[in-house]
Amino acid sequence: MKGRGLDHFEVFGLPRRLGIDTAELQRKFYELSRRGHPDFHQGASPERQAEILEASARLNAAYRALRDPLARIEYLVRLEEGRDTREGATVKPKAPPELLEEMFEIQEALQEAKSAGQTGGLEAGAKETLATQRDRLRERYEQEEARLRGRLSQAWDSAGPADRAGALTAFKESLAVRAYLRTVIDDIDEALGGSPEGYVSHRRH
Amino acid sequence: MSRIVGIDLGTTNSLVAYVDDKTGLPRVIPDRDGQVLLPSIVSFTREGVLVGAAAKRQLVRRPQSTVYSVKRLMGRGYDDVKDELGYLPFTVLPAEGIVKIQIEGRDVTPPEVSAIVLKSLKERAEAHFGEPIEKAVVTVPAYFNDGQRQATKDAGRIAGLDVVRIVNEPTAASLAYGLQRIREGLIAVYDLGGGTFDISILRVKDGIFEVLATNGNTHLGGDDFDRAIVLALLEDIRAKHRVDLGRDLEAMQELRLAAEAAKVRLSAEERTALTIPFDDFTYHREITRAELEALIGRLVESTIAPCRMALADAGLAPADIDEVVLVGGSTRVPLVRRRVQELFGKMPHSQLNPDEVVALGAAVQAQILAGGITDMLLLDVTPLSLGIETLGGIVSVLIPRNTTIPTSAREMFTTSVDGQHVVDMHVVQGERELAKDCRSLARFELSGIDPMPAGMPKIEVVFLIDANGILNVTATELRSQKAAAIEVKPTYGLSEADVERMVEDSFTYAEADVEARLLIETRNEADTVITHVERALAQGRRLIGDDEHASIVAALTALKDARGSTDRDRIREATTAMNRASEHLAELMMDAALKGALASRRADEIMEK
Repeated sequence: MKGRGLDHFEVFGLPRRLGIDTAELQRKFYELSRRGHPDFHQGASPERQAEILEASARLNAAYRALRDPLARIEYLVRLEEGRDTREGATVKPKAPPELLEEMFEIQEALQEAKSAGQTGGLEAGAKETLATQRDRLRERYEQEEARLRGRLSQAWDSAGPADRAGALTAFKESLAVRAYLRTVIDDIDEALGGSPEGYVSHRRH
Repeated sequence: MSRIVGIDLGTTNSLVAYVDDKTGLPRVIPDRDGQVLLPSIVSFTREGVLVGAAAKRQLVRRPQSTVYSVKRLMGRGYDDVKDELGYLPFTVLPAEGIVKIQIEGRDVTPPEVSAIVLKSLKERAEAHFGEPIEKAVVTVPAYFNDGQRQATKDAGRIAGLDVVRIVNEPTAASLAYGLQRIREGLIAVYDLGGGTFDISILRVKDGIFEVLATNGNTHLGGDDFDRAIVLALLEDIRAKHRVDLGRDLEAMQELRLAAEAAKVRLSAEERTALTIPFDDFTYHREITRAELEALIGRLVESTIAPCRMALADAGLAPADIDEVVLVGGSTRVPLVRRRVQELFGKMPHSQLNPDEVVALGAAVQAQILAGGITDMLLLDVTPLSLGIETLGGIVSVLIPRNTTIPTSAREMFTTSVDGQHVVDMHVVQGERELAKDCRSLARFELSGIDPMPAGMPKIEVVFLIDANGILNVTATELRSQKAAAIEVKPTYGLSEADVERMVEDSFTYAEADVEARLLIETRNEADTVITHVERALAQGRRLIGDDEHASIVAALTALKDARGSTDRDRIREATTAMNRASEHLAELMMDAALKGALASRRADEIMEK
């Protein structure tokens, strides 16, 4: 089970930093794929093929985790906490403190929507209010992502060993807010019948 | 390395191709008669099994024992397909985790039917190369789930083929285009076949074909277009002739084939005529391209949402796409081309024959695997998210959709009760939040756990999706580093024992030998002519004189007599004589039908005024 220790950054020979040149990452991914893809090792022994398959799976997982700045942060948090798997990995969603009051209103409106759904749908006015609130939350969601990608990521990359714990906590709080917003936005979408039936919006990260 | 061929196992047609060593280009292999497309149709007769064009000619005559579009049933459970069974003339029954097709009291499974098609292609390739062929790359729709892929692999095994790789059809097509036309850029492959629809978005760079996202519908294709036409024709016939042919299996096949042919003609022409002789009347009508488009508009439109979802997953807008490639026979329909062009805002590519391009790409992938091509590499993705059911029936996603394969995910499991020695898990595939709304893949049972207090055992389970898009699961108890025993209960599909038995049994479905096949065909042709002539005599007696009637009846008697013998030449001669004797009557009847159609149109016009 050698190689279990190789984390996603190490697979690409990168330090544990968030500032990654994605074009360079892609170039390296292609280069490593060319070298280690199972397609090019069909003649190898079964044991060797199993190793190649495992290494290739690890490379693909590493590329997926690192190519996107937000997935990269989520992975970093997991890694720093010493979790190899997703076990217990779900961040507990947390409402953004400055929006608490608004959230109560929205939750109430959603409750109403749910019971109205059984009787024949929301009226136009309530729908419009919900849609406006959703758009505001979407904006807030994008702000949160921008903060994660920008200021917080830079803070991590420039943090000395003593500041790391703080930077990590900041990530976790921001991710929790983002997860909360995502859930509420999806709930509103569903209440408004917006997205295709039951198709979970792409929660890539 | 031994030779590997590429096979496109299609809903409507199948093909086999290889890469020519001299030119380095992929080529399709024709059969003895020069035909490249093998209709994916299998007819079970007492004398043996017919495949391809020979089976296609049985559709009308033996609707209940001639199986077509079986790809739509591959890897499916009864509940998945029960809504469309009403349209199929053969009997499909539920079985544990699969469906079975009942033919004259005998059951066959979809992989066994597909195996007969594969075997015929295998033999075609063997005849071409003069050597045994044992390995193949076989294509599947990109949106096929684990069970459908597994069923395709099983079909290969039953046919005596080692399926060294399952490749997604749109990506295979991109390889064929990549070799010959497209070197670099963002590509959208729009693949609308006989029964399935896929959209794949790829980035091509330096010989690497990286799939960014894929989406689709494994139950949407040209078959559905035909069905929409048939339903309209049925209604028209009800209105004009006051009969309902919906329950008449043979008539339905006649209608389906006529609808399909009209659809094909309308790709080149603005209007076309259908003439179908039935027992009591001859149905005649014209259909315009605009009418066809009204019938299939909704179906074509339903391909647009998956395109948008794939683009969103790839993080791209339609305008970002550099090249659009059309694959699959249904992309010949002008409406389809128009909609794709509108969506992406550019003229799509269709230089390579859309019927052949997937097989050509499969041959390229086969050549890569055989080591003959080293500067091209396909990096495909898994189309559907893979997850496990957690408390409350919620799905926890382990491998998100559009992850490059091969890929793996690890998950820790433990016990919840002291001394528990078995842990269950339920693996599902799909994009819904609740396990019950996703596709159940399998239930796994981890057993042999040493008795320990609850929560103590640490079982690491590795979910690996291989380059075929098929799931493999292994488990290790971390304290002892012992591999945990896993029992897999696939929700759909055949068990290992089933496949073994089918490999053994496959000779039961041996193709009829040449002599028997020719006899069946000759008899069938005679049967068709007999039916037509009897029908014509019943409907058109008043159009001919007594002498002509007598000579037709004499020829008919002679033909029926000949048909009972095993002398092919005699049957053929009698058939020819019959055709000659009834030629004049057929002409008279066609004229009458046309006049009738004109008359009814005139009546309509008068009614409108």
